[in-house]
Amino acid sequence: MASGYSAKEEDGHHSGALGPAGGAAVRSRKPDNTAFKQQRLPAWQPILTAGTVLPAFFIIGLLFIPIGIGLYVTSNNIRELQIDYTGTESSSPCFACSQNYSWNMTTPCVCSVSFSLDQPFESNVFMYYGLSNFYQNHRRYVKSRDDSQLNGNLNSLKEPSKECEPYRTNDGKPIAPCGAIANSLFNDTLALYYNDPNGTETQIQLVKRGIAWWTDKHVKFRNPVGDDSNLTAIFQGTAKPVNWQKPVYELDSDPENNGFINEDLIVWMRTAALPTFRKLYRIIEKNSSTSPTLPRGNYTLKITYNYPVRSFEGRKRMILSTISWMGGKNPFLGIAYITVGSICFFLGVVLLIIHHKYGSRSSSADLTH
Amino acid sequence: MGSLEVWSLIKQGWRRKPEQEDKVRRLISNLPYEDLRRKYQPNRQYANNSIKTTKYTVWSFIPMNLFEQFHRFANVYFVVIAMLNFVPIVNAFEPGVALIPICVILILTAIKDAWEDFRRYQADKQLNNMPCSIYSRKEKDFVSKCWKDVRVGDFVKVVCNEVIPADILLLHSSDPNGVCHIETANLDGETNLKQRQIVRGFAAPDGSFQPEYFSSIIYCEKPSNNLNRFKGYLDKPDKKKIGFGKENLLLRGCTVRNTDEAAGIVVYAGHETKAMLNNKGPRYKRSKLERKVNTDVLFCVALLFIMCLIGALGYFIWLETFPDIPPFVPPDSNNNYISPALSGFYMFFTMVILLQVLIPISLYVSIELIKVGQIFFITNDIDLYDEETDSRIQCRALNITEDLGQIKYIFSDKTGTLTENKMVFRRCSVMGIEYCHRENALRLGAQCETISDDEDIVFQKPKVPSRLQYRQKKGISSLRRSQSARTHMGARYQSEVFTITNEVAFSSPLETDVAPDRRLLRVTCDEKTQIQEWCRVSHCNGSASFMDFFLALAICNTVVVSTAMLPRQRVHSSTLKTGGRLQSLLKRMGSLSHIVNSFQSIPEKSSKSRSSLKDVKEEEAEDYSDSGSNNPSRRNSSASHHSEEERGTVSDPNGLCYEAESPDEAALVYAAKAYGFTLLARAPDRVTVRLPQGAVLSFEVLDTLAFDSTRKRMSVVVRHPITREVVIYTKGADSAIMELLDCHENQAEENKRKKIASKTQRHLDLYASAGLRTLCIAKKVLSEQAYDDWASIRQEAESTIDNREELLMETAVHLETNLTLLGATGIEDRLQDDVPATIAALREAGIQVWVLTGDKNETAVNIAYSCRLFNQGDMVFTLNTDSREQCESILDCTLGEVRRYTAPSQSWSFQSIVGAVMPTESTGPTFGLVIEGRTLSMVFEAHLQMKLLELARHCRSVLCCRVTPLQKSAVVKLVRNKLKVMTLSIGDGANDVNMIQTADIGIGISGQEGMQAVMASDFAITHFKHLKKLLLVHGHWCYSRLAKMVIYFFYKNVMYVNLLFWYQFYCGFSGTAMIDYWLMIFFNLFFTSTPPIMFGIMDRDISAETLLGLPELYKTGQNSEFYKRATFWIVMLDAFYQSLVCFFIPYWTYQGSDIDIFTFGTPMNTVSLFTILLHLAIEIKSWTAIHWGFMVGSVLLYFIVALIFSAICINCNPPSNPYWIMENQMADPVFYLVCIITTVVALLPRYIIRVLQGTLALSPLVQARKLDRLSTEARDQQIKNWKSQRSPSEVPTNLVSPVDSFSNSFEQSFYNSSLEREMPDMQWDSNEETQNTFSKGHRRSISTMTV
Repeated sequence: MASGYSAKEEDGHHSGALGPAGGAAVRSRKPDNTAFKQQRLPAWQPILTAGTVLPAFFIIGLLFIPIGIGLYVTSNNIRELQIDYTGTESSSPCFACSQNYSWNMTTPCVCSVSFSLDQPFESNVFMYYGLSNFYQNHRRYVKSRDDSQLNGNLNSLKEPSKECEPYRTNDGKPIAPCGAIANSLFNDTLALYYNDPNGTETQIQLVKRGIAWWTDKHVKFRNPVGDDSNLTAIFQGTAKPVNWQKPVYELDSDPENNGFINEDLIVWMRTAALPTFRKLYRIIEKNSSTSPTLPRGNYTLKITYNYPVRSFEGRKRMILSTISWMGGKNPFLGIAYITVGSICFFLGVVLLIIHHKYGSRSSSADLTH
Repeated sequence: MGSLEVWSLIKQGWRRKPEQEDKVRRLISNLPYEDLRRKYQPNRQYANNSIKTTKYTVWSFIPMNLFEQFHRFANVYFVVIAMLNFVPIVNAFEPGVALIPICVILILTAIKDAWEDFRRYQADKQLNNMPCSIYSRKEKDFVSKCWKDVRVGDFVKVVCNEVIPADILLLHSSDPNGVCHIETANLDGETNLKQRQIVRGFAAPDGSFQPEYFSSIIYCEKPSNNLNRFKGYLDKPDKKKIGFGKENLLLRGCTVRNTDEAAGIVVYAGHETKAMLNNKGPRYKRSKLERKVNTDVLFCVALLFIMCLIGALGYFIWLETFPDIPPFVPPDSNNNYISPALSGFYMFFTMVILLQVLIPISLYVSIELIKVGQIFFITNDIDLYDEETDSRIQCRALNITEDLGQIKYIFSDKTGTLTENKMVFRRCSVMGIEYCHRENALRLGAQCETISDDEDIVFQKPKVPSRLQYRQKKGISSLRRSQSARTHMGARYQSEVFTITNEVAFSSPLETDVAPDRRLLRVTCDEKTQIQEWCRVSHCNGSASFMDFFLALAICNTVVVSTAMLPRQRVHSSTLKTGGRLQSLLKRMGSLSHIVNSFQSIPEKSSKSRSSLKDVKEEEAEDYSDSGSNNPSRRNSSASHHSEEERGTVSDPNGLCYEAESPDEAALVYAAKAYGFTLLARAPDRVTVRLPQGAVLSFEVLDTLAFDSTRKRMSVVVRHPITREVVIYTKGADSAIMELLDCHENQAEENKRKKIASKTQRHLDLYASAGLRTLCIAKKVLSEQAYDDWASIRQEAESTIDNREELLMETAVHLETNLTLLGATGIEDRLQDDVPATIAALREAGIQVWVLTGDKNETAVNIAYSCRLFNQGDMVFTLNTDSREQCESILDCTLGEVRRYTAPSQSWSFQSIVGAVMPTESTGPTFGLVIEGRTLSMVFEAHLQMKLLELARHCRSVLCCRVTPLQKSAVVKLVRNKLKVMTLSIGDGANDVNMIQTADIGIGISGQEGMQAVMASDFAITHFKHLKKLLLVHGHWCYSRLAKMVIYFFYKNVMYVNLLFWYQFYCGFSGTAMIDYWLMIFFNLFFTSTPPIMFGIMDRDISAETLLGLPELYKTGQNSEFYKRATFWIVMLDAFYQSLVCFFIPYWTYQGSDIDIFTFGTPMNTVSLFTILLHLAIEIKSWTAIHWGFMVGSVLLYFIVALIFSAICINCNPPSNPYWIMENQMADPVFYLVCIITTVVALLPRYIIRVLQGTLALSPLVQARKLDRLSTEARDQQIKNWKSQRSPSEVPTNLVSPVDSFSNSFEQSFYNSSLEREMPDMQWDSNEETQNTFSKGHRRSISTMTV
């Protein structure tokens, strides 16, 4: 391949070709004496020696350790509570529900789990449901969706993408939303009750709007727009996903949260990166600046247990968490920063010693002895 | 069997001509068929003259180019993988997306190929449309047409200085002698003119040419690429057959010179011409590094296989863990579930697709781009540019640049490579008396300096314009050709005829002027008084042998004479007189030959003898009588040079230019001229010489027995114009001549001759030991009868068609017997500039230099000393024996001796073999080895190669003399194969071609000996000294750059792909990629592709000055220190570590959170971009603005593309939803925190190691880099210190300039040394007692070794 450049020159007779026109061709072949062509461009030639990199190590050390401490403290200040309600153990209140699992259960199975908060949750509390061992990132599962259908494309509504197979059509009717992801939509219903010490049980207001990305809700997911503003009419002629109990246009009574723009659906459709994941379920907003969002005390979590996890030995959790600028509770980053900072600082010291011991060698003096 | 027969029948049926056409080509004139359509044309089956060197047409480009590209295994691999993506069950990516990388690669390559092909197309078109004259029957004259219109059987006319359009059988020439001169430089680079003759019997007496009457049938051989073979015969209508051969053929691509016009019939056209058949494509060599890369690619394949296997197994196990089918494993489209085992099997292929990037798809393209860039810089190096010939270094093989940095053995030719191949006449011996030409030697010594000064000025002067003005003034096409012999070498690669011409090069006074030896001059003058007697007495007695000697020098050659003003215009009476308008040029000529040769003024010859001679002058000599009679006046005025210039007489003998096939010949002719024997003109059957007396003799040349390497001599058979004797003058190698001397019947005469012979032999030995090239001159007088007998045999031999060469040689050998020795000459071949320094530097760089020469032992050894191949302190062993047993025992003996000295310092020999560490030289003596060709063949026969190699490995230098071209290549092959080292061959002549092609790198020196070496070479340079920078600087750079870049490339891909691999453990081995496919593809194609290419082209770890100052830095390349197997695995480990860091820090950060796949992948992608680029940044040793630009540009490009892509792609790229992910991430502080810490952790180990390396400065490279940071003076000082510290013995205390040292030793050897001296004295440091014993032992060993 690296050929041809000289091929013509070898033709031999070639040099005669330009003969008669030659006057202009008298041009020296002397290469230009430019810095670029002679490879003499001014250059910075750093040599990594202990002396030169010492400051860098100390700076890294001095920067990373405070950052790490900050991160660690921030993470520690986050309140988090996880309730596993899978019910695989016979002692679990949800044991009964977990035993007779099926996607198409007609009678809902409800179980309740009690728990208590030792410390109040002060700021907005985010309520997650967590699944373990659920490989939402399985390649074929991830692909099994039709984004243009979810974006409200009418053609895709009627003719879903082939990627949705085998959840593309049901009884000849296109499934909306199609695909395995939508089909396996998390369908437990969680409700949180505060058990007042006086014995009354107050349901805690769970906000279901604002749990999805703004861009997803407003740009990426859109209900198809038909002649009729009525979703039912628009979704006429489509089938519900096989595992669903209700069609997509009945997900919520709120028209702004129904159909494809139902935020629970949107959150589910954003497939999790790792097999153990949480997904935002509801937000408990802080009402007043004086009282904590979730005061200390006893709570009951009432679960409408629909979602079967026994097939993959998964676990289901409910997570309550406050949130900081760095997201949920995770001390890793803080610890990492502290560790790396310390290592760098230590290395800096080692290099300092090396520099003192061998630094003289790096000067030109050593060449003479 | 049957089908075969049918097939051959079909084949025959397709042929338009029967089978016999395979052996001979039969053609007739086209003229009678001129207007007929093509299918009636008689010669229609032969190729026409339009050429097409393009590979493709517009229509066939895509299929053919694809077909060619798929010859590369890598491309097939990637296409197969892309195709695999279309299998639904295994696809990992969008099928279309997966095709992008391979398509981009294919398209890039295709564009490059198309561009090259287009250039070829343009060049073809230009050639095809060049004008030429074809005879037309209608017009009754030659009409102007294009080259492409020429067909076999056409009559074509070429005029002077025109390029010949096809292979033409010469039938007509304007020259009265029926010759036509052509210059074959375009074909073989030989700049001397070649004579071609018209076919016998076609010389029209009136000089006209009438193609209509040509009715013969031409039979000639099939087209072949052998330039020196062509034969056939003409079948005349009268059934007479006339043979013709290569001397009747004008070859396409050659240029007609000195002949006003010539015409002939086209026998081969277009692609069937010898020029085109010789035009082989460029060479493809695979470099050592590339071979290593290929094995490492295989390692990568193995790695890929293992990873895919893990994936497949993992998927199977993962599926098995579930008690039931989980909802996230969707069934196939038919709602069926595939069994885990089968799924695992499919998963293997999915993994192959996913992890394919592990095999670096763009590596090969990148390597090629880098090599193009490297070659660009090499060819643009101003230090490798030669002003004299206006030529740069040529890189003919484009893919072995990095091999230049790994050379361990250099095999060099001597003549023309180490030496200039500018032959200067130094000494001669006539009739056993030595004439040492002291004046000449002094003159040369003085001139060296003046010339070098002078040349500088001349070169800097804007010479070109003056030349141009002159041309414009003349405006004559016949002046088109005005190149000098040497300019031409460079010129032919420029595809232009006009180049800077340098008359200095053409006829440097250094070469052309010879100061005659006073003593010899006196003798010749004395002899001149006897001339009348000589004229009268037909018998040639001994006293005339001086005359004979110079006559032989003057005529026994193939030198072509032309005038300097109109180079290549043969001396002709008309041109002699047209000199008036050439005054300006002449002035310059005069100024150049400013050293007036005072010895030229030879005493006047009495007019009496001249008039007596005039009677016997042949008709042609009459042409010169004018100039002859002008001579006395010219000579009188020669002291006052200018007056002559004013007269503008072109008959000045200084204006004669001799163009010889070999420079020795020219040197001899110039020497003869210095003594007054001026060769005036040469025609095929006549050679004219002016004698010192001013008389002009014209010898009838009866035959010329050309030089060949088996006979090692050439002869001319002439008829003496005065005595009418048939005289044979022979010149040749001493060994060839001495054996052929006759035994005289007369005892006294016999003794006398023997004495002369032995004296001459002594002189010859002396010359040889002084490094001179020796030639013997002999003559023989033949009786008329003997000649007639021989001539008839010769004629017979000439007319045979089969094995003519053998027969001709036989006849030549038959004639060259019983010669009478006339004398011998010593010609100096001057060392090229800076050869000793270059050799010293190369040796310091750990390169062993072997010199392989065809010259004789003494000459070679002397040159070896003068170019410091051997030092005075070296122990030199000479292997020279004929018998096998002796050969073996000598080898054993020598080995034992060598071992004895090296044994105490075992580490030394070990290290020198391993080559890892610089040997501490001071422990023992250094050895040199001289081996003769005969012994060498003995070694090969007796399978003693390993012993020889073992011995040679202990020696600093090896000198092989009297070796044949085949032996040269055998030696190279031996070293290359047995020692497994990188070899380089450098040579300039056709005899070096074998060796050049055998070595890993062949370097041709475009010198005087034609172009064959250059044509066979990978790199072509103009001077040996350029080797130093080429190897030490460019070799080091190219190798280190490419090696580092390749290593980096492997690292980059493994590191990136492993991110995906680690993710498989968290996605159930399902083959998910957490990075958007587009970004993933762009990552390799755009974001991280240009910095390594830039790195591979431009990084400069050590400056050129330091590399030149410290040649030992070259050893890093020799030992492949940048790219060892260990380096590969270390970098693989680093890649694994970095990918682990880049995966797991984000993983732990986002573990358990609500992050989605592609948001999770974004920081990883970004982090790996930073890591990969900063990894390169650690490796980059010099940051220029370009480096910064590429690095910052790559990062910016990534962010811009990622931001734009995720802003506009709402659902364009299912199933990954990049929409707003990048924006989202960049708004998140955690993203930055992750990026920073991951990058730091990933690069920390490498950084620390580099810091430690830099601090402890253990490797010379780091130390050298530190030197680079110093100021120039400080650096030079440090380099000196370094050298003295490393190897005190190595540095020559006073490097005398080569010319001085050579001439000094030369003169001394002549004036002081005795004749018995065989070799320069071995001098050892007197204060070293042990070495004194060595010295004794050494002397003994020399005497015992030389058998």
